[in-house]
Amino acid sequence: MSHDATLNPQGEAIQLTPAHAHDAHAGNGHEHHHDSFITRYIFSQDHKIIARQFLITGMVWAIIGAFFSVIFRLQLGFPDKTFPWMETIFGHWAKGGRLDPEFYYALTTMHGTVLIFFVLTAGLSGTFSNFLIPLQLGARDMASPFLNMLSYWFFFLASVIMFSSLFLQTGPFQGGWTAYPPLSALRAASQGSDRGMDLWLASMATFVISQLLAGLNYISTILNMRTKGMSMTRMPLTIWAFFFTAILGVLSFPVLFSSFILLIFDRTLGTSFYLSDIFIGGHALPNQGGSPILYQHLFWFLGHPEVYIVMLPGMGIASELLATHARKPIFGYLAMVGSLFAIFVLSFTVWAHHMFVTGMNPFLGAFFVLLTLLIAVPSAVKVFNWITTIWKGNINFVPPMLFAMGFVSLFISGGLTGIWLGNSALDLHLHDTYFVIAHFHLVMGVSAFFGMFAGIYHWFPKMFGRYLNQTLGYIHFWITFTGAYLIFWPMHYEGLAGMPRRYYEFNADSLGIYHQFQGLNEVISVVAIVVFLTQLMFVFNFFYSIFRGRKVTDQNPWKSNTLEWTTPIKVGHGNWPGEIPEVYRWPYDYSKNGVDYTPQTVPLSPEEQEELAHVAHPETIHERQL
Amino acid sequence: METAVKVKKNWWTGGQSPYNVSYGKLMMWFFLVSDTFTFSALLISYGTTRFSVNYWPDANYVFNKFFIIKGNMPLLSVSLMTFILIMSSVTMVLAVHAGHLKRQKEVAKWLFFTIIGGLAFLGCQAFEWTDLITEKGVTMTHNLLGPVVNGHATAGPSAFGAFFFTITGFHGCHVFSGVIINIIILINVLKGTYEKRGHYEMVEKIGLYWHFVDLVWVYVFTCFYLL
Repeated sequence: MSHDATLNPQGEAIQLTPAHAHDAHAGNGHEHHHDSFITRYIFSQDHKIIARQFLITGMVWAIIGAFFSVIFRLQLGFPDKTFPWMETIFGHWAKGGRLDPEFYYALTTMHGTVLIFFVLTAGLSGTFSNFLIPLQLGARDMASPFLNMLSYWFFFLASVIMFSSLFLQTGPFQGGWTAYPPLSALRAASQGSDRGMDLWLASMATFVISQLLAGLNYISTILNMRTKGMSMTRMPLTIWAFFFTAILGVLSFPVLFSSFILLIFDRTLGTSFYLSDIFIGGHALPNQGGSPILYQHLFWFLGHPEVYIVMLPGMGIASELLATHARKPIFGYLAMVGSLFAIFVLSFTVWAHHMFVTGMNPFLGAFFVLLTLLIAVPSAVKVFNWITTIWKGNINFVPPMLFAMGFVSLFISGGLTGIWLGNSALDLHLHDTYFVIAHFHLVMGVSAFFGMFAGIYHWFPKMFGRYLNQTLGYIHFWITFTGAYLIFWPMHYEGLAGMPRRYYEFNADSLGIYHQFQGLNEVISVVAIVVFLTQLMFVFNFFYSIFRGRKVTDQNPWKSNTLEWTTPIKVGHGNWPGEIPEVYRWPYDYSKNGVDYTPQTVPLSPEEQEELAHVAHPETIHERQL
Repeated sequence: METAVKVKKNWWTGGQSPYNVSYGKLMMWFFLVSDTFTFSALLISYGTTRFSVNYWPDANYVFNKFFIIKGNMPLLSVSLMTFILIMSSVTMVLAVHAGHLKRQKEVAKWLFFTIIGGLAFLGCQAFEWTDLITEKGVTMTHNLLGPVVNGHATAGPSAFGAFFFTITGFHGCHVFSGVIINIIILINVLKGTYEKRGHYEMVEKIGLYWHFVDLVWVYVFTCFYLL
């Protein structure tokens, strides 16, 4: 601490709470302020602590979700082998070391639910929205620190409920992360549809509340709490991305909540919102008049925006990092904001492309094809702007930059197959095949993870005052990057050949044609295990570096323009020890007029003011508008 | 930038709220937008289901009871309910207005009337539900109000009762929580909490919510009683 004090004596002197969560000396600070351990680290209202809580909870879930995928990949890659250790872990779900088919479905369901909602929604936007919105906008904290704390604890409660469902005698829910009725509505439909589904619904309803509280907070903070001079068009693109993410969540999660209300009533009160003409075990059920397609409409009205809730934070982080580490201004700032907005609007109008083969009117499908393909336009704008941003840049190939570039690569590879799947005619063939798995894992699963990794590597110094180990970072990137392609690229071929997803094995005579892919499936599974172990290495790096990593000695280690680097190395509660800095320019003045970087807090030079007054220069349009 | 500011005051340059409202009110507005989507999803589900079945009970017959009075009085009780709820919005407006003028006693008085209005609305709803369940045979799962075939009454679509109880119940939950919050705020008003704080913005915020619940009722009313 004394070391930092020499670097930033002013900051150290006024700082009330040395909020360096894991510093070995942190205990010494307790005498100097009235925060107890509980109010500081557990029920904390500091956005930076809450961000770390979201991050670490998300990491725990990521390990669980990824571990599940390893288990079912073992089944898919080695359907004839037995793994006695599985019985040790899973008991009667893996008798004799062979996975139970019901449990296979439970694993895939939990893999999807956990990774999409708990990791890539709460873990990603929960972490970075919380951490960066006040820091990059120049605010002391979120608009309502209390609701912010509640949002984390509702998420925690949702986590506990979901986690406890894993230990039920009848297992967790097994009907897929989309929870389509009738599988999800009828207790007798499968083992997991009973208690497992009760807990799934309880957990997800709690999660919706958490997301609502978080989203309302993010929106009002971004609108109301910007520091002086931080006009909307001077906000870093990260903040724009979090802004649209939050609005998406606030508008789409309530619809999911409504669909849950109806589903809960179907399950508990005997209503028939989603049920009609069903026989179980040869007996007709009394339910008449409902429609399972209604649920699908309601679900995908959330489900599709949810894809962008997962994607947009990664896009924002990538935009910020590509400019910073290429030492170049972002190309087409307003186009980036505009394309975020276009994606945000379009994401509400494309949901039925998930339902081309459900029996929906094909005429209706045509409109959804058009609207779906339209999303390619703003996505392409973003991709070309990212590429143009790093074009001829002075690139620092540090781990955060590699992950940001990996994000762009994966987004392109996965996005291109979206054009295939968006066509209802092609979708008839590709629907529910491994082609779909490959598409969405590349475009929103792995690439969103890359956005998250990029963010963690980039802001780790700000979060914990230490660096992540760089060598382990390079190993992490290259194995994960090549691994992602090795896992999902072959799945395109399997899907084109018609290999269906969600199948436990392909040994039955009718599925014999997919035997040809057995070798490929083995390769995929082996790579998946390697990639999983690499993530464990990253987790080790993360926790090791929190305590033992190289200390940050430079207030602005990446030479970045944004406001979070104007805070002391160890940021206290309230973020800036003195006055909140004022902002005079956009955050992307890299390599301008021969200066490597010009932080947002630097006032315009006389030449720049001259330029603003007289020259209509495209890159300064946003400043002239003020 | 400074030269530009001189020309015209720009609310979006940071350092202030662009809408000149506190974060709390902003949050309430966005929450109401979000809640709009919740209700819209339920009402749209109701619409699609209703148009997928070939028979729907006539509201003039279903809702023809005026509390304990005998006789055929179609839509009378729901008209009274709607009137009560709208009046409670009026008293809420008066409470908010009194809050602007910092008149503690008046705020308390109008909030009290608003609470009474909300409770009266819920009471009417209880009467109506009881009539439907016990007299007309409409529940979440059953509906005896079907078409008359060859002089015999048959069962109608169960979706009628299911959607009616779900959506009016969900709205009733909103009214109920509004009443609870109103009571809490009334206690705070009487204790002088807002007098000490120097403003009655809390009353304004709950006022926004209350008007929203009132507005939603207009749609629920239209969808179930008029269409």
